Amino acid sequence: MKTKAFQKIYTHIENVTKATCTIEADGVTNDEMAFVDGRPAQVVKISGKNITLQIFPGTQGIATDAEVVFLGKPPTLKVSNELKGRFFDAYGKPIDGGPEIEGEEVEIGGPSVNPVRRQQPSEIIPTGIAGIDLNNTLVTGQKIPFFADPDQPFNQVMATVALRAEADVIILGGMGMSNDDYLYYKTLFDNAGALDRIIAFINTTENPPVERLLVPDMSLTAAEYFATKHNAKVLCLLTDMTLYADALSIVSNRMDQIPSKDSMPGSLYSDLAKIYEKAAQFPDGGSITIIAVTTLSGGDITHAIPDNTGYITEGQLYLRRDTDIAKVIIDPFRSLSRLKQLVIGKKTRGDHPQVMNTAVRLYADAASARTKLENGFDLTEYDRRTLDFAREYSRELLAIDINVDIDTMLDTGWKLLGKYFTKDEVGIKQEFMEKYWVGSAT
Amino acid sequence: MSTKGKVVGIVANLVTIEVDGPVAQNEICYIDLKGVKLMAEVIKITGKLAFVQVFESTRGLYVGCETEFTGRMLEVTLGPGMLSKNYDGLQNDLNKMEGVFLKRGEYTYPLEKEKKWHFVPLVKEGDTVTGGDWLGSVKEGWIDHKIMVPFNYEGTGKIESIVSEGDYTVEDTIAVVCDSDGNERKLTMTMKWPVKVEVRSFRNKPRPFKIMETGIRTIDTLNPITEGGTGFIPGPFGCGKTVLQHSLAKYAEADLIIVVACGERANEVVEIFKEFPELDDPRTGRKLIERTIIICNTSNMPVAAREASVYTGMTIAEYYRTMGLKVLLLADSTSRWAQALREMSNRMEELPGPDAFPMDLSAIVSNFYSRAGFVYLNNGQTGSITFIGTVSPAGGNLKEPVTESTKKAARCFYALSQNRADSKRYPAVDPIDSYSKYLEYPEVTEYLDKTAESGWVDKVLQLKDILLRGKEALDQINILGDDGVPLEYHITYNKSEIIDFVILQQDAFDAVDASTPLKRQQYMVNKVLDICNDNFEFDNFEEIGTYFKKIINILKQMNYKEFRCDEFNELEKQLDSLLAERVVELESQAAAL
Ligand SMILES: Nc1ncnc2c1ncn2[C@@H]1O[C@H](COP(=O)(O)OP(=O)(O)OP(=O)(O)O)[C@@H](O)[C@H]1O
Ligand SMILES: [Mg+2]
Repeated sequence: MKTKAFQKIYTHIENVTKATCTIEADGVTNDEMAFVDGRPAQVVKISGKNITLQIFPGTQGIATDAEVVFLGKPPTLKVSNELKGRFFDAYGKPIDGGPEIEGEEVEIGGPSVNPVRRQQPSEIIPTGIAGIDLNNTLVTGQKIPFFADPDQPFNQVMATVALRAEADVIILGGMGMSNDDYLYYKTLFDNAGALDRIIAFINTTENPPVERLLVPDMSLTAAEYFATKHNAKVLCLLTDMTLYADALSIVSNRMDQIPSKDSMPGSLYSDLAKIYEKAAQFPDGGSITIIAVTTLSGGDITHAIPDNTGYITEGQLYLRRDTDIAKVIIDPFRSLSRLKQLVIGKKTRGDHPQVMNTAVRLYADAASARTKLENGFDLTEYDRRTLDFAREYSRELLAIDINVDIDTMLDTGWKLLGKYFTKDEVGIKQEFMEKYWVGSAT
Repeated sequence: MSTKGKVVGIVANLVTIEVDGPVAQNEICYIDLKGVKLMAEVIKITGKLAFVQVFESTRGLYVGCETEFTGRMLEVTLGPGMLSKNYDGLQNDLNKMEGVFLKRGEYTYPLEKEKKWHFVPLVKEGDTVTGGDWLGSVKEGWIDHKIMVPFNYEGTGKIESIVSEGDYTVEDTIAVVCDSDGNERKLTMTMKWPVKVEVRSFRNKPRPFKIMETGIRTIDTLNPITEGGTGFIPGPFGCGKTVLQHSLAKYAEADLIIVVACGERANEVVEIFKEFPELDDPRTGRKLIERTIIICNTSNMPVAAREASVYTGMTIAEYYRTMGLKVLLLADSTSRWAQALREMSNRMEELPGPDAFPMDLSAIVSNFYSRAGFVYLNNGQTGSITFIGTVSPAGGNLKEPVTESTKKAARCFYALSQNRADSKRYPAVDPIDSYSKYLEYPEVTEYLDKTAESGWVDKVLQLKDILLRGKEALDQINILGDDGVPLEYHITYNKSEIIDFVILQQDAFDAVDASTPLKRQQYMVNKVLDICNDNFEFDNFEEIGTYFKKIINILKQMNYKEFRCDEFNELEKQLDSLLAERVVELESQAAAL
């Protein structure tokens, strides 16, 4: 952290709290970066001459005579093609032993896209996983999280999706990632020969938590560069957004803000929306798609973090272990892709929406049958058929280890409907029944 | 001379300014950041310090930035040319902005300065006029856009001169009025109005009594909303608030739709941008966009402007109402507006109310809803603003401040249920929890007697009864088991399922089913009620489920067909013969015949 001749240096800190310090200084601008005793910090409050700085690595050991250097600019990232294949920390410094990046220096967390310039997302992101492609089709320009318990294999599923997605650039923003998971991604991308289209900004559990706050903006600034300057199809993976939000609450609590629900800051919705809304389909063909992970505690989705996320993202994907078939599935009940409407039955076969909905409805009937069974009631013949159907549907379509194309998924759907149900029970529009029905004639 | 000031403090978008003269609450000022002017609104004053919320990012702002106060509150510019426009929350024309990304400090004129409008005068020299009176009319698309005396014109005045029929720009003087003290005022085709102040240029606001047809069966049939009525749609995320609002925007029978996208997803607005210019308005055959104004302040756009956006929408609605139009105002989501209030209130370290929302949240919400309504204008004509907002309750729990405040203010309650959404019973409006207070209005009952059929409200109440009994029957079946209840319970439950599947559920994405005209709804209600009032005989409960599934299936297929087309009639015949298989006439009924 070399200081340059024109930078103002201060050595008299007035006030130190757990996360911030306050000094008297002139000509400081809002959001500007600084170094306090060599630690990165950012201006969060200005009151006359009193400047409050949030020190990312924390304030342990900061002395009142520590050196404070203002950089005169908000956090920035140098962007160029050189970013590809590289791994960085939360500040955008290389952690892979490679050289610094040369390129245009841009402020992170830049302005929003003018909504009238956005294009409507319309390109399917194929993943081969029927729980996604058939029931919750993803589209470029979409933002969607996995709502997962910490012990579920969300990193594996996300990595699979990333590698199958045919993206030009994959950006991994890791927040509070365990070192093992970090190495898992690195090795996986390496083995897949995909390193040249990967960029990673990583904050591991070994790094200070508040630093995470920079990771999404760094990742998305890089994403915007490729999506707008190179018209690239960018896929941005953000994991774990719960740990990001936790860092927000640490900062706001330490700044004495009044917390709202679950001790999260009242601005949580806006803070998260600013990140997720960077997902966009640009007019010149580039796009940013965000797939995130929000870990749940005890499966509670009413907690402020998943709750606010659900209100922002275009759907969510749930993983669940299906004990009947001993596999992890994409749960068809609470999972939802809001943008699927734009493509299903339009870019895919016309029967897609109806097959999807009917199968899920019958799967729900199976769930009620199971409840009946658990409550000790007799099952009807229909109930038993739904249960058989559910098991096969789960194994052949919902499991995350499926890898087929969408037409095959639809054909499998018809096969299962025809095998277990009558025409009346299925209740699909006549024109599709005539074309695809493979069950009995009644 | 206008008041000036200098920035002395900054926390996020709350900026403190030391001023050198008088300032007013809600006054607008511009902070000069190296030549870029950032717009802000005064939200608190203490001595020489004005606290302002900046409508833009405050990054890079520093102590000492010069500020200029305007002496005016946040205003919109009203005049011909607003139709089909896409505005941000402060009424900037988004299409006039350059580049893909929004730029700070870029403010664009909401109307067209150069465009000439063909003006036809409606008053003559010597006429007496007051605020809101119609001076003339121009064609704005298909709307007869009335050029009005500015709402802020106090008392009455005499028309001193008025231009003759011809083409004028919005800034040309079209009339001169003179008040009793001899003060002259030149009038153009535009006026400004502060968004947080209600426009009251009408004679009176009676209770609404006319039904507004929306094409959505669960609303029109079960819990109708009136022209000038208010309603709200609370629901957990993903339950269908936005889809329902988009359906309303597409099919509701209104002259003008104003959609306020308030702190929600940009992609959803893009959907409107792309679809509305393509979709036909079923009533007029014109494109939907021709009756739509979009106000778009998505979640990533500045928070303070989000708060302003709902007021901007309401004020534009009031302007068109005063022309005698039927306006439908939609806001998605009002919770984001409440959250914007909360963010500012927290930054100002005000004493927080429940869930850290401001103490006066309820009053703010009520005040806003009360601006909707059906009015008689000064000239005896009518106009209306129907307002429907969505609410996004934290954790999906309706016992939270925004839902509770809104419940006090709105007359229709369309609660979306997670269970219904999970089982894809769309629209997920819960038929038992939801209500329309308008069904209790005698004037509404009377109106429906005349426009639908006599005794209509009784039929609606019957439907609700059957739904409730069906739910109770299902509860019993679930507790006691299929075998443990009399067959009658299964029949009751299955009858309620017909109402659910055939009337309540509606496929928002199917060309035919998406919207149902009232006449067709009436047919369906009668058809379904007839079935519900029939007596059926069965030997066991399994037969019951199978039989009713068949009935439901036929009725659903009918929903997908054009009303009264050949296939529709064919299905109806099938239905009738299916019914004939099972319906039995009770002896008493037979005897009566
Ligand atoms: N009437 C409907 N017909 C078919 N599908 C529907 C209907 N309503 C909602 N859906 C489905 O539910 C999804 C979510 O709906 P919508 O976006 O309206 O939810 P929301 O309540 O606005 O959620 P949020 O609070 O997160 O904005 C839609 O993308 C669609 O898949
Ligand atoms: Mg919505």
